[in-house]
Amino acid sequence: MTADTEKMTPEQQALFDYLLRLGDNAVVLSHRLGEWCGHAPVLEEDIALINVALDLLGQARSIMTYAGEVEGAGHDEDALVYRRDGFDYRNVLLVEQPNEENFAVAIVRQFLFDAWHYELQTALLQSSDARLAAIAAKSVKEVTYHLRHSSEWMVRLGDGTAESHGRVQEALDDLWRFSGELFEADAVEERMAAAGIGPHPQSLYAAWSETVDRVLAEATLSRPEDGWMQSGGRNGRHGEHLGFILAEMQFLQRAYPDARW
Amino acid sequence: MPLQTLEDSPPELDKLWQTLEAVVDPEIPVLTIADLGLLRDAEIGADETVTVTITPTYSGCPAMNMIEQEIKRVLGEAGYGAVEVKTVLHPAWTTDWLSESGREKLRAYGIAPPAKGSTSKRALFGAEPEVTCPHCGSKETEQVSAFGSTACKALWRCRSCLEPFDYFKCI
Ligand SMILES: [Zn+2]
Repeated sequence: MTADTEKMTPEQQALFDYLLRLGDNAVVLSHRLGEWCGHAPVLEEDIALINVALDLLGQARSIMTYAGEVEGAGHDEDALVYRRDGFDYRNVLLVEQPNEENFAVAIVRQFLFDAWHYELQTALLQSSDARLAAIAAKSVKEVTYHLRHSSEWMVRLGDGTAESHGRVQEALDDLWRFSGELFEADAVEERMAAAGIGPHPQSLYAAWSETVDRVLAEATLSRPEDGWMQSGGRNGRHGEHLGFILAEMQFLQRAYPDARW
Repeated sequence: MPLQTLEDSPPELDKLWQTLEAVVDPEIPVLTIADLGLLRDAEIGADETVTVTITPTYSGCPAMNMIEQEIKRVLGEAGYGAVEVKTVLHPAWTTDWLSESGREKLRAYGIAPPAKGSTSKRALFGAEPEVTCPHCGSKETEQVSAFGSTACKALWRCRSCLEPFDYFKCI
């Protein structure tokens, strides 16, 4: 796709990259949640996780359709999701972290993401890009439910039994190193902020941090120290996990290009 | 968000809107897309092309493709030629657009209609709305899960008649 994207102006290229970041976060997390289908601890939770996955997939579709139009190379949402390689994926590392068949991991990953995603979509309501603002107006209603759900589980598990408390604290300590990437500024984010298209990533930190503190306090969990933060996903540097996700997710379209239902 | 008022509209437009009354939501077949507020606009262009504008309830609502096909089928059978279905996201759909008759039909179907005027951010850490059991009318109800069998529903149960039921949740 590199050859095609050379036709975009620098502004279009930055918007395209930005949209891929938003869309890829939603697609990859949706896939991770989908892995719980038939495996969640209770039936209601199985249904809940898949509902959240479906919301994210729908959001990704709206964003990717737009990304394809900005790119102007004839790629629709399916082409962008099913035909891009791992190094072209722009999601943050947090969302690709594996479930490890551990519900605490899924909930902590979701909570850290939702608390950020809620602030992001709220900020995008004010986007100078009308299309992105319209997508945000739809998404923020859904993300509100997601955050409420993952927050309630944080409290239920954290303030639960010694076993559940220990497992959720361990997951939090382990995943914390991926939280820094959510607030990292780079050329793409700076350009979006300057154009009023997206919020400056650091502007989301205070509200995110407040939500995290409030929920962790109620959950009787300790906030981990900010140590070394791992990042790179938004620029295509992923861990080994993303390749396995894409292998499963893209198999059909790679093996049978343009297959339709 | 008021829809097209039928008072001053030409008869062919009235007929178009009445024809679209036959299009129901595939997941809640007692409701038409007009009841739900999913039908945003319908017009006939100078070249006789019919343009129908719809909006999704949720971003990932899988019913949207089916609704589009159903619109084309119903209008095709009614003799309309070229039909274009447009999907818009703005303004974002809200449960407040559900019509009064739609709310009644939901209740009769066994789904509790959404609490009125509750589409604000109160959903976040807010108090649960008061939901009436669609089976026995009791207000002694509780939420089992905010997520149900489809994106637009939550799982509730009644403490009086002990029956579970769906609640059409507010967004
Ligand atoms: Zn009852």
